[in-house]
Amino acid sequence: MSRTHVTCVLNGDEIDFLCNDYQTLLSALRDELGMIGTKEGCGTGDCGACSVILDGQLVCSCLVFAPEVEGRRVETIEGLAEVDHLHPLQDSFLEGAAFQCGVCTPGFLMAAKALLDRNPSPTETEVRYGVAGNLCRCTGYDKIVRSILDAAARMSDPERQKEAT
Amino acid sequence: MKYRAPTSIDEAVELLSAHPGAEVFAGATDLIPQIQGGRPEPSLVVDLKRIPETVRLEAENGFWRVGAAIPAAVLTAHEGLTAAFPGLVEGAGLIGSDQIQGRATLGGNLCNASPAADSVPPLVALGAEAIIVGRGGERSAQVSEVVIGPSATSLDQSEFITEFRIPAPSRGSSDAYERFIPRTEMDIAVVGAAARIRVDGDGRCEEAAVVLAAVAPTVVEVSAASGILEGRVIPHYSGRDAFWDELGEAVVACCNPIDDKRGTAEYRRKVAQVLARRTVVTAARRARETL
Ligand SMILES: Cc1cc2nc3c(=O)[nH]c(=O)nc-3n(C[C@H](O)[C@H](O)[C@H](O)COP(=O)(O)OP(=O)(O)OC[C@H]3O[C@@H](n4cnc5c(N)ncnc54)[C@H](O)[C@@H]3O)c2cc1C
Ligand code: FES
Ligand code: FES
Repeated sequence: MSRTHVTCVLNGDEIDFLCNDYQTLLSALRDELGMIGTKEGCGTGDCGACSVILDGQLVCSCLVFAPEVEGRRVETIEGLAEVDHLHPLQDSFLEGAAFQCGVCTPGFLMAAKALLDRNPSPTETEVRYGVAGNLCRCTGYDKIVRSILDAAARMSDPERQKEAT
Repeated sequence: MKYRAPTSIDEAVELLSAHPGAEVFAGATDLIPQIQGGRPEPSLVVDLKRIPETVRLEAENGFWRVGAAIPAAVLTAHEGLTAAFPGLVEGAGLIGSDQIQGRATLGGNLCNASPAADSVPPLVALGAEAIIVGRGGERSAQVSEVVIGPSATSLDQSEFITEFRIPAPSRGSSDAYERFIPRTEMDIAVVGAAARIRVDGDGRCEEAAVVLAAVAPTVVEVSAASGILEGRVIPHYSGRDAFWDELGEAVVACCNPIDDKRGTAEYRRKVAQVLARRTVVTAARRARETL
């Protein structure tokens, strides 16, 4: 069967790939592009492990058909850190011990990034709703929520930002 | 399974007419989980999101035109729409998580034909019309006529909804939606209730619509509600006003619920009364605030 050629902007770079029409974006990222940072938990939209940002919108990549991203902008966990330093969310997750096995972490980080892009100083309740679509079997969530709040504080404090870079 | 993304209504209708096994989709948040769950794959999926009419959102000539393929996240971020129809935006804003709302659409929520769809009761309460295109050209139908049973719609295989046309609220008119689930996020309604209320200059109810989700095979309108609430100044709920009991009885009369893991039929009847009262009070307060 002939495969479909897709061109998109992935983490800022124009790229192209071949896929089958029935493949999901999650499968194209992992199996066609070797970008295995994005994880698969459920495949049905319930766990958020596969979260990516598509044209500025947080989505489950397991619920997107790969050919849909033709001409679109996709952001994944691989694009979160800068060349020489981590994103403040990643620093906060490390310092706050916000993961154990780590399978849920890329999804939480992308959901948290989408939240902070929209709402730079969320309340704890807003953070809890912002990551309600992400499941974690290990941490009990509290450290994740506190780390996101800490990153938000870091990002709005110029002194702490300087310190990080 | 093949994927196509037509850029015009005509192209989409042609594809659907030529492929009897084709199915339209927008957010795929119902479609993909159903395929994962073992439902046979369509031979062709037709993505509606690149057809300009399905993603348009504007107010004109006394109507709001809301594209059927706009994701909920765009609707909930839209200030004009939120001011006009706070209840509809509440419904859309309750669908799944932020991730799901990045994709889920009003067209998909309606045409998936679940009795628990959160955006459908407000659409029905608002008297929204669905604009439907297909082999036979364009037609319109009341949203309440689109779903005919669980997982069944009145659309034929070549048809799809391009947009919803919702009468702009008059002064003194507003809406509300609430649902009950056992936790705060990521669950399907045990019961949902939408209300639209119009009040006169003295704050008296002139017109009311109450619509329930998850208590019958389809969303149901409590048609007696308008007669019961007309002429009332709707205060906070108080057991002293007899009309609340009348409304409760009318709500129960419309319910034909099932027992399932989310709640028994009896429990659903009780919760439906509570939610109907709450949304009526909220919609009436919002309606007075527009005066
Ligand atoms: C984790 C999760 C949580 C969810 N939580 C909720 C919830 O809380 N409340 C709720 O109501 N739903 C919920 N849903 C269900 C789903 O997200 C909604 O029903 C959503 O609105 C469907 O929209 P969609 O565009 O993704 O539909 P799609 O999957 O694209 O389509 C659904 C069906 O509608 C048809 N269709 C789509 N658009 C049109 C159109 N314009 N014209 C004609 N037919 C069309 C398709 O052919 C398909 O049969 C949840 C789903 C998931 C995965
Ligand atoms: S893998 Fe996509 S939500 Fe679980
Ligand atoms: S750290 Fe293991 S699932 Fe979250």
